[in-house]
Amino acid sequence: MGRVFKYGDDVNTDVLFPGKHTYTVSDPLEMAQHALEDLDPAFAKEVKPGDIIVAGSNFGCGSSREQAVLALKYAGVTAVIAESFARIYYRNCINSGLPALALPEAVSALNDGDEAEADLAAGVVKTSKGDFSFAPLPPEVQAILDAGGLIEYLRKRFAR
Amino acid sequence: MGKTFSEKVFSSKAGRDVSAGEIVTLEPDYILTHDNTAAILKKLPEIGAARLKYPERAVVVLDHVTPAADSTHAANHKSIRAFVAEQGINNFYDVGRGVCHQIMVEEHYAYPGKLILGSDSHTTTAGAVGAFAAGIGRTEAAGIWVTGELWLRCPETMRISLSGKLRSYASAKDLALTLIGRIGADGAIYRAVEFSCENDDQFSVSDRMVLCNLAAEMGAKNGYFAPDETVAEYLGETGSDFSHLRSDADAHYIEELAFNLAEIEPVVAAPHAVDNVHPAVELAGKRIDQALLGTCTNGRIEDLRTAAIVLEGRTVSSHVRLLVFPASAKVYRQALDEGIVRTLLDAGAVWMNPGCGPCLGAHEGALAPGEACISTANRNFKGRMGHPDSEIYLASPATVAASAIAGEIAPPEEYF
Ligand code: SF4
Repeated sequence: MGRVFKYGDDVNTDVLFPGKHTYTVSDPLEMAQHALEDLDPAFAKEVKPGDIIVAGSNFGCGSSREQAVLALKYAGVTAVIAESFARIYYRNCINSGLPALALPEAVSALNDGDEAEADLAAGVVKTSKGDFSFAPLPPEVQAILDAGGLIEYLRKRFAR
Repeated sequence: MGKTFSEKVFSSKAGRDVSAGEIVTLEPDYILTHDNTAAILKKLPEIGAARLKYPERAVVVLDHVTPAADSTHAANHKSIRAFVAEQGINNFYDVGRGVCHQIMVEEHYAYPGKLILGSDSHTTTAGAVGAFAAGIGRTEAAGIWVTGELWLRCPETMRISLSGKLRSYASAKDLALTLIGRIGADGAIYRAVEFSCENDDQFSVSDRMVLCNLAAEMGAKNGYFAPDETVAEYLGETGSDFSHLRSDADAHYIEELAFNLAEIEPVVAAPHAVDNVHPAVELAGKRIDQALLGTCTNGRIEDLRTAAIVLEGRTVSSHVRLLVFPASAKVYRQALDEGIVRTLLDAGAVWMNPGCGPCLGAHEGALAPGEACISTANRNFKGRMGHPDSEIYLASPATVAASAIAGEIAPPEEYF
């Protein structure tokens, strides 16, 4: 299981990945080093592969920049669980292959430092505070996540 | 049960009956990209596709960091110019033509019933003329380029009913910020926001663009006014009937809110959230270093006219930089013809090129640590206009102009 990093409501794309870097940083691993730097400077140093972000409502509000997803993905985050997501951020998560789960019950149960793991196929988030299940994703969305992201999904389509 | 505007547009695009909540794959009429085209075009080889399926549906506008602030941006712009030439994209607007959302409406890509997707969150602006317009991500934009289509979830609709009349010194911006302050930055998440008014004709297309632009800051997927006679006139099609796009009387709304326009006061969104909204009088006296008039939210001729009313014969405070960014070259030319350029210049304003300017903090007026800016833009997130220790206050063109004169946040009533 991964560690839970917990944040509040309205975590916006400027704190997820600062706008001033959007046109200068293009390597995803370098993006990961700037993840959440204006909100939690310790995050990029402490995060490990398999860790999970848990947050309040409207996670990812702000710009449509995909770096705000890639920075987390390449930092090793395997799922974001929030009360709700800003819609473009939600789309960007799916299209980048980072599972985004709207699970308010899990958010209220989990604290920073708890442990959690998401099993998409089983539709359950297993945590140190118990299990939380969710309805399966629509097939269009699941197919993109299964492929690992929209690019991979399209690549298969064009390779046919 | 009747259908909402969004359900009607989705149904007509899908060629079958679509209701809110359904996910369908649709072909947009236009796909908008800006400076981010440089990043999006790199996704084509990753996908394994070489050409755009419908180059005539792509609209590319250079506006974000224009003219190029440094050689990295210059190289990005260069790669975009080569790409549009190679792909045969004719809908290309190079440096200086204007902010992408302004171009979409001004050049009539935005049209009643059209489906417009853009790789920018404020693509919602095009709902002002009755398009279904929503922001998407970069990879999705590349996907649309090469396949012509994208999955979309038909949104539920929230109706904002407006009655009464705005006071002379209050504006669509004050209304939009008041609304965001009331419902919060996630108040319309995933939803379509329908603005409807007893007497719709008090809202010009410019006002409607302000509201639809800021629908993005309510978390909405799209915002719109049902297209009416005002829109038909704007498009030069007086007499055209778009009433088939109106939501049916028995359509289902997920939430309905009512506002009395006569009660709208000048307001300011304080750092660092767009929903941190306060009456301008409460923030009066807060010292500012910079004032910004422009952006896709409030850079139109109507906004510049309002600023000119306030600034005519007056002087910008000696410690304030008032930067003016017309939303497009067309707006700039009109401001020149109307004498507004001279009025603002005489007051001490700095005229800048059409484009986004410092709105995203990359150039042309970025803020130093500890500085405060009052801006007509749509976002005041921490660090957005430069240093993370700077502050952005969002307000109407009238309040920004009044504050530029005062050197501190000042309500605009006395000028009207
Ligand atoms: S003016 Fe600002 S909000 Fe509008 S498109 Fe440009 S950067 Fe985005």
